[in-house]
Amino acid sequence: MNEAVLATIVAIAAASLRLATPYLFASIGEMFAQRSGVLNLGVDGIMLVGAFAAFYGTLTTGSVWVGVAVAMVAGLAMGLLMSVISVTLKAEQGISGIGLSLFGLGLSSLLFKVLVGTVKTVDGFRPIHIPLLSDLPYLGDIFFSQNLTVYVAFLLVPVSWYVLERTPWGLTVRAVGQNPAAADTLGVNVTVVRYLCVCLGAVLAGLAGAALSIASVNLFQENLTAGAGYIAVALVYFGGWRPVGILMGALLFSTVTAIQLRMQVLGIEMPSDFAVMLPYVLTIVALTFSANRARQPAALNQPFERGVA
Amino acid sequence: MAPGTGSAPGARGAPGARGARGRRGRDILGYALGASLPLLAVVAALLVGAVMLLFLDADPIAAYGALIEGAFGGTSGITQSLVKATPLLLVGLGICIAFRASVINIGAEGQIILGAVAATWFSLQFRTWPGWLLIPCTIVIGFAAGAFWGFIPGILKARMRVNEILTTVMMNAIALQFMNFMIRGPLIDPAGVEAGQYLAQSEKVPEQVWLMRLVPQTLLHAGIFIALALAVATYVFLWRTTIGYRIRAVGLNPDASQYAGIRVPVYQALSLTLAGGLAGVAGAVEVIGVQHRLLDGITSGYGFSGIVTALFGGLHPLGTIPASFVFGGLLVGADKMQRAVQVPSSLIQAILGLIVLFVVGSQYWARRRAARRMDSNVNVAASAAAAEETPA
Repeated sequence: MNEAVLATIVAIAAASLRLATPYLFASIGEMFAQRSGVLNLGVDGIMLVGAFAAFYGTLTTGSVWVGVAVAMVAGLAMGLLMSVISVTLKAEQGISGIGLSLFGLGLSSLLFKVLVGTVKTVDGFRPIHIPLLSDLPYLGDIFFSQNLTVYVAFLLVPVSWYVLERTPWGLTVRAVGQNPAAADTLGVNVTVVRYLCVCLGAVLAGLAGAALSIASVNLFQENLTAGAGYIAVALVYFGGWRPVGILMGALLFSTVTAIQLRMQVLGIEMPSDFAVMLPYVLTIVALTFSANRARQPAALNQPFERGVA
Repeated sequence: MAPGTGSAPGARGAPGARGARGRRGRDILGYALGASLPLLAVVAALLVGAVMLLFLDADPIAAYGALIEGAFGGTSGITQSLVKATPLLLVGLGICIAFRASVINIGAEGQIILGAVAATWFSLQFRTWPGWLLIPCTIVIGFAAGAFWGFIPGILKARMRVNEILTTVMMNAIALQFMNFMIRGPLIDPAGVEAGQYLAQSEKVPEQVWLMRLVPQTLLHAGIFIALALAVATYVFLWRTTIGYRIRAVGLNPDASQYAGIRVPVYQALSLTLAGGLAGVAGAVEVIGVQHRLLDGITSGYGFSGIVTALFGGLHPLGTIPASFVFGGLLVGADKMQRAVQVPSSLIQAILGLIVLFVVGSQYWARRRAARRMDSNVNVAASAAAAEETPA
């Protein structure tokens, strides 16, 4: 195989890991919310607010860590809002999620226009070349020369699996998502568990936004996510509510996107609009034919009320 | 009734009846509160918006003043609000149908786009037809295209149980790319290409398909009547036809409907198809009524603000009429506010989101209140029945 082709493949592989990062943060977070029975459709809005918070924090202080902290706090605030509406007030989760998304879109644009005004770039996370490993041919460029958020996102996959499947708290979460009435009878506080899961998901969605604005593109603009949050929600379904499934979905999606971007760079003849369309078509096809629906948490999208079957 | 306890319910019956009379006043209050909940949600959202403005060192009174002045002040404000109310109403009607069947349609953006693309293509293709023929055909084509875009997630939900929220969101993204392709490719304005400027927009549609302007020097067009007529039609459809009844039954209780022999998936798919069709009409009307061509941003986000409109209208076709005027006004006022006092119009987007959150959040209280009232009515009825029984 000639060098140019190999270089292209390496570039695509490296880009797909980078592009998968925000989806991984957001989807793993959303997975916790959904496993506890709450469909949080506001991920896109939370990501936008998180992305702006991270960008603004980094822009004003010059420290990416301040940016990350602000993004997490902003995500938490959005998560609390979603929890109050959908857990305490038992609102229809799909609609309240849309409301949260609209709110996040409006709020992040408003803050951006008032506080920043014009497009500015920040000095975001830099690639970390892991000693020795990054010197490996090809693999080094793909796996070991990424920025910190990429490593953390991929680390989240085993960690979240462990928490969910091997800890008592994970068992509680799954019980609440499967049969909240039974969990309630056993003394589990369903409301608290759902609050925790939605807020954890929202903090991770805030980080997903940060991974976009201060690690990937290093700027903020209106509607920076362009619907990435909705894709993240779809990936949870696609992945069958399991971290490994989500990882597969995120990689599939990001690889298709990376190939499509590469084709545009190489100037391959194909209307770019159709190439951009491809990942979305793929998502619908995947949702249609994935046999995972049986794994759906039984109480997903159902507010819990004591004494109501 | 067990003997021996006979007198006790009779004794309870009397205070129960008195209680019912005393409760009537509170019932009316409760009803008024329930009916005004959406309004309270808007007020609450505006208050939160005001706090946000204060944090941003802007004057909320000046901002909201400019907003209301821009929306409802003078002919220009009112006509512009009506122009924006038209697509909001059309989209909102579709949302009413879908939500009544417990189907969440987030895909109105894409359905508007499909309707707009199809209407543009059709009216350019048959540009020699007279207006009286071309206008209705174009609108029907817009409906069909939007309906097709709603049918896909509908059938996927019905046949494969695919979550319609996710598919409709994906369909939005696909539709957007499809339009981008059309206005840069097959439908690009040939005159623009000849002049060497590749503007991403279509040729102007033929003049005989333009909807009549109602007030000179304004954008207000006859599309508002189409929307109003469809609002009445939607009301009749949902509340006076068998199919409409079944759609509502499916939404209220899918299990009971299934048990009663209603094919639930069919009616869910149908409601999404109709919702898509109405959004498609909105797209067609935007092309032949306002823009007269297809161009970027044709939807203006109506697909999402239409959801807010329908929720505010109580998911009732007739309630959505005034709601569309209110939200059309908010959108117009937001632009004016941005120009007059330099408060970005994104504020209104944030407020729209809050309105959705507050409306759906407050429904819980309304439901609980209704449930309590039903419980107490049942108790009153039971004790009244018992009271009648005891003398015998």
